[in-house]
Amino acid sequence: MNLPSLKIRGLPVYKIINIGGLYGRLRALRTKSPALHHWWWQRITAVVLVPLSLWFAASLITMVGAGHAAAAAWVGSPGVALLLIVFILALCYHAYLGVEVVMDDYVHIEWVKAKGVLAVQVVLGLLAVIGVLAVLWVLVGLA
Amino acid sequence: MAALLSITHRATGVFLTLGTVVLVYWLVSVARGPEAYAGLQETLGSWVGIICLFLWSFALFFHLCNGIRHLFWDLGYGFEMKTVDASGLAALVATAILTAITWLLAFMYSGAQA
Repeated sequence: MNLPSLKIRGLPVYKIINIGGLYGRLRALRTKSPALHHWWWQRITAVVLVPLSLWFAASLITMVGAGHAAAAAWVGSPGVALLLIVFILALCYHAYLGVEVVMDDYVHIEWVKAKGVLAVQVVLGLLAVIGVLAVLWVLVGLA
Repeated sequence: MAALLSITHRATGVFLTLGTVVLVYWLVSVARGPEAYAGLQETLGSWVGIICLFLWSFALFFHLCNGIRHLFWDLGYGFEMKTVDASGLAALVATAILTAITWLLAFMYSGAQA
């Protein structure tokens, strides 16, 4: 990472103005602001979702045209079920954080924004719960 | 191009959020049993279903490839204008390749298991 050596009042410039560097983010994390909490979770879930979404897409392809038995056997195997649960939780949280940012930028009426964010939170929260329950249902052999 | 890719990242993200509903419904239909599963398969196998699935696969791969660019930027890499353009183009090419492979394999599997 190329950091400018220019100093202002004894502090290197990169410590004063952060242009997205990890170093600055790590330092700023100490402030424990909700915005940074938000920022970190969006990245953590993103990193988790890279392999999991590719795995999920690839798995779905192999089940194209196959019936319920194949899908239930896949979802119901313990390793797959565990990964699916992590996938659903990371996906819903990532989606919620992302849509919140989009609403924050494009919805300019405060109460609409607040209600909208709450609605998205409720819907994605419910989706996560339903998704996890469905996986568990298949895992314990009720499907 | 950088601005276009940025807005597309957001648009695909919102579109993929809608896809989570179908994803969860797919899991629910697996849990509900063969009849529900067959019903969903029929819907997803219709031409409207296939178009939606195609768009979702494209959106997923784009959001994933472009998201990796964002992760590199977060680490402080790739800010030079030349690199931004090159990685943007790479993301688009990777999206096209991944989408093409997905549908090639999907049609092969649907033929094999029909």
